[in-house]
Amino acid sequence: MQSLWLAVAALLGHWRRHPMQLVGMVAGVWLATALWTGVEALNAQARADYARASAVLEAPVRSRLVPADGRAFDHETFLQLRRKGWRVAPVLEGRLRVGETTDMAVRLVGIEPISLPAGARVAGQRLEDIDLAAFTGQPGQAWVAPDTLRRLGAQPGERPQTTDGHRLPPLMVQESLAPGIVVVDIGHAQTLLDQPGQISYFLLDTDHPTALPAELTETMRLESEEEGELQRLTDSFHLNLTALGMLAFIVGLFIVHASSGLAFEQRRGTLRIVRACGVSLRALMGALALELGILAVAGGLLGVMTGYVVAAALLPDVAASLRNLYGAEVAGHLTLSPWWWGAGMGMSLLGVLLAGLSTLMQVRGLSILALGQTHAWWSRFSVLLRHQVAAGALLVVLALMAWRVGQGLLSAFVMVAATLLAAALFLPALLNGLLAMVGRWVRRPLVQWFIADSRQQLPALSLALMALLLALSASVGVGSMTAGFERTFIQWLDQRLAADLYVTPRDTGHGLAIAAWLQAQSSPAVDAIEEQWRAETRIGANRVLMQGVGPDSRLPRSWPLLEALPDAWALLTNTSAVMLSEQLARRLQVRPGDPLDLPVAAPGRSLRVVAVYADYGNPTGHMLVPLSWLRRHFPGARLAGLAVHLRGAGTPVLAQRLQEAFALDSSGVVEQSVIRQWSIDIFDRTFAATRAMNVLTLGVAGMALLISLLALAGRRLSQLAPLWALGVRRRQMAWLSLAQTLMLASLTTMLAMPLGILLAWCLVDVVNVHAFGWRLPLYVFPGQLLMLGCMGIGVSLLAALAPAGRLWSVSPAQLLREFSRDA
Amino acid sequence: MLTVHEVHKSYRTAQGSLPVLRGVSLRLGSGESLALMGESGSGKSTLLHLVAGLERPDAGSIQASGRQLEKLDEAGLARWRREGVGLVFQQYNLITSLDVGSNLAFQARLAGRYDPQWLERLTVRLGLSGLLRRYPEQLSGGQQQRVAIGRALAARPPLVLADEPTGSLDEATAEEVLGLLLELVEETRCALLMVTHSRRLAGRLGRCLQLRAGRLEEVEG
Repeated sequence: MQSLWLAVAALLGHWRRHPMQLVGMVAGVWLATALWTGVEALNAQARADYARASAVLEAPVRSRLVPADGRAFDHETFLQLRRKGWRVAPVLEGRLRVGETTDMAVRLVGIEPISLPAGARVAGQRLEDIDLAAFTGQPGQAWVAPDTLRRLGAQPGERPQTTDGHRLPPLMVQESLAPGIVVVDIGHAQTLLDQPGQISYFLLDTDHPTALPAELTETMRLESEEEGELQRLTDSFHLNLTALGMLAFIVGLFIVHASSGLAFEQRRGTLRIVRACGVSLRALMGALALELGILAVAGGLLGVMTGYVVAAALLPDVAASLRNLYGAEVAGHLTLSPWWWGAGMGMSLLGVLLAGLSTLMQVRGLSILALGQTHAWWSRFSVLLRHQVAAGALLVVLALMAWRVGQGLLSAFVMVAATLLAAALFLPALLNGLLAMVGRWVRRPLVQWFIADSRQQLPALSLALMALLLALSASVGVGSMTAGFERTFIQWLDQRLAADLYVTPRDTGHGLAIAAWLQAQSSPAVDAIEEQWRAETRIGANRVLMQGVGPDSRLPRSWPLLEALPDAWALLTNTSAVMLSEQLARRLQVRPGDPLDLPVAAPGRSLRVVAVYADYGNPTGHMLVPLSWLRRHFPGARLAGLAVHLRGAGTPVLAQRLQEAFALDSSGVVEQSVIRQWSIDIFDRTFAATRAMNVLTLGVAGMALLISLLALAGRRLSQLAPLWALGVRRRQMAWLSLAQTLMLASLTTMLAMPLGILLAWCLVDVVNVHAFGWRLPLYVFPGQLLMLGCMGIGVSLLAALAPAGRLWSVSPAQLLREFSRDA
Repeated sequence: MLTVHEVHKSYRTAQGSLPVLRGVSLRLGSGESLALMGESGSGKSTLLHLVAGLERPDAGSIQASGRQLEKLDEAGLARWRREGVGLVFQQYNLITSLDVGSNLAFQARLAGRYDPQWLERLTVRLGLSGLLRRYPEQLSGGQQQRVAIGRALAARPPLVLADEPTGSLDEATAEEVLGLLLELVEETRCALLMVTHSRRLAGRLGRCLQLRAGRLEEVEG
């Protein structure tokens, strides 16, 4: 045991003499752990909230009964079902805008606790623990999560007002309720939603048969209980975040690996002496492992704390992304379990162990005498390069297999990860090959040395350069994808938002009255009103919003189609045809020309798909159907919106008059330019977290390069001293060193560009299709590439400045020490 | 060729100033060879470094090939090292990133005195013809020192400075390497100043001086 502590003491002395290496090691663990735990904190928070959202009603429920025509059930249906012996529990759900100062949309869930099956739980509360009189009576109770209460700016017991002028029952906090949900008694819900006697669906307990009796199939249908739909929908988003977090983690570990490798090289002598003095190999390995453990705990603690700060900073943007992309509500603050803290420390330890494993193996594999031998850089590096190229080739095969054979999001990510890692493994061999090729052409001695010495730096710098390659190509790939998406999205938005004014009426009657009023206006005169009749249905497991298109619709002028049969619009309005959003078409695996059966009574059940259109950012399936068909099969279809085309200017004036005439709030009448800006803002926010992760990863790569260069600077003196002795000035050496780093970084940056574009292609053509259901065109933005290239070189320049500065000011005495100890 | 006159050099240490050279003077003509002996710490290498332009004297003058070294700026000293001297170190100090061929030609090219025919002759004389594509780490100590000698002589400098060039070699190899060095020095008619601990090796050079307490003494026989 004593030999272990003596060995630890001898090893730790190294860090006193090389504090920058220590900083490098700890910073590597710190950054790697911080970014990974930060991302995992976001994922953990979101998943916990989804779990709470799906657990609003926990009951032994097999399925639910939903109206076949998309309308709501009435109270009479409930009584009929009960009389038939069906133990059903009614639920009314709807969206509600609440708040006088903060306008917040919430999901209102109205339940009848008495009819819920025995053993059910509501927001984590057992039925027998609920004060039924207080919950169902007057004024009742409105259960909210702490986060919802905070966002409403209210206190428990308060009764916030809805935008329709109703007051919620007194707020009561339920810790286990998901954010963005308000649970009330169904009677209160019917009042708040202006749907007296209406029921969205019935919950059926497990005793009921799986099939619906024939007399009920006309009016209702059975649906399986959705198991974790939000988790399924948002999996791609979280996998995306996890991938970015893992990338940053790996880049951070590169720093640890580089630092620990260098420390090993510099401590060969110490290791030899320690072994020669009688410390066993086991004790020495134990000491090194203990040292790594201490560093992992120190870096890990810092990392987990920083990860919390990173997650807290990114959470609002991530929550906004989830809300905009999937309609998923995530709390605006972090509540993390002890498991998360433990996992962060565990990852830190595991990461350091992985990064330091090669050092431990080197110590294990070398004899006492070999420990002291001069490092034969070239022969070792040649072997390493061969191994790296072989591993890279295997990864390329894996990527190709994942692309051609694999299906689903996971295989898409395997393809991306394998491609990136293969490129990183090829990088040192590529750089070495390039430099060797150039080296054959040059004759001037300093240039020859410059190239040859750059090759010699590769073993020490290759990991940092790999990190730079990964970070830059990720930035190029994700940057191209988001910029391409933005361009496509804005073009699509400009085409889709063809009307001047968009009106959202309260109900169909309200909408028809507004339409009539608008037709009567003369200044500005209304050119056309596009009535948006909508109904909701389900096709298989997919929730679908249908929109009717009439023969005089203006949609054909403004609705871009991705893929269509000839005269698709004429086919849609004149025959039994349907157009689908891209993501819905992919989920249903149909293309133009294919038949599609819808859950309605025959005839008219089977429609022909005539076109597919883009519908970016919509988690719900969308479908255009003939208006006459919609009204026939879905009598409950409602007039959900009016798109108003005006003749001439005066949109704000008309919007103002409309608001006054029909008591509409600002969200009920929106000008086209406002919706456009609002959509673009949402878009920007959606990718804010991704952009932030990219910048952080690039920063970590810069740090990797800086630490590698600083650590290398000490060893560089012995390589540069002979050059100085042969007549090269110190400042010249500093410039040459700076130029070497910039050359290697520039070559890496140049290689990162095509790799980034390949990554962008993977994202838009493979990952996006699996993750969101849409394929985007691949755009390359030369300006963006140039900017990212400059950033990469700029980061490298910053990293190279300090080591070059040290060379600039190195004294002759320091250089002399490298080859003379005899004064 | 080389005149060192009343050169003083001391180092600052934690205990104060440590004088190493206290008024050293010597002369060395073209084609002459001089061995410099002395105990460890006597200042042999310091004197060699001063003549090489790697360090500056505190006082005194060093005139070599028409240059006053103490008056040269850093660029001038670098030029002197490039063109005026060939350096051979005990630890060889080859450029590990370059192969043998490039190491041999390096200083000659740097000085603008690259002569492929001379280099080829030198390579043959040094027995390095079959090793040109190898890297320093792939050579034995004796081979590395032969490369270092070749590098030092490739530019045909007027002065060769050797700091214990055989100090890391076994006796037989040391004899062989020194023999080669002396033959080539004689062939190129340059001056040789060599630091050594070995009286036997010193005896093979034209003259021998001993550094003792910072001053030079002639060694007889």
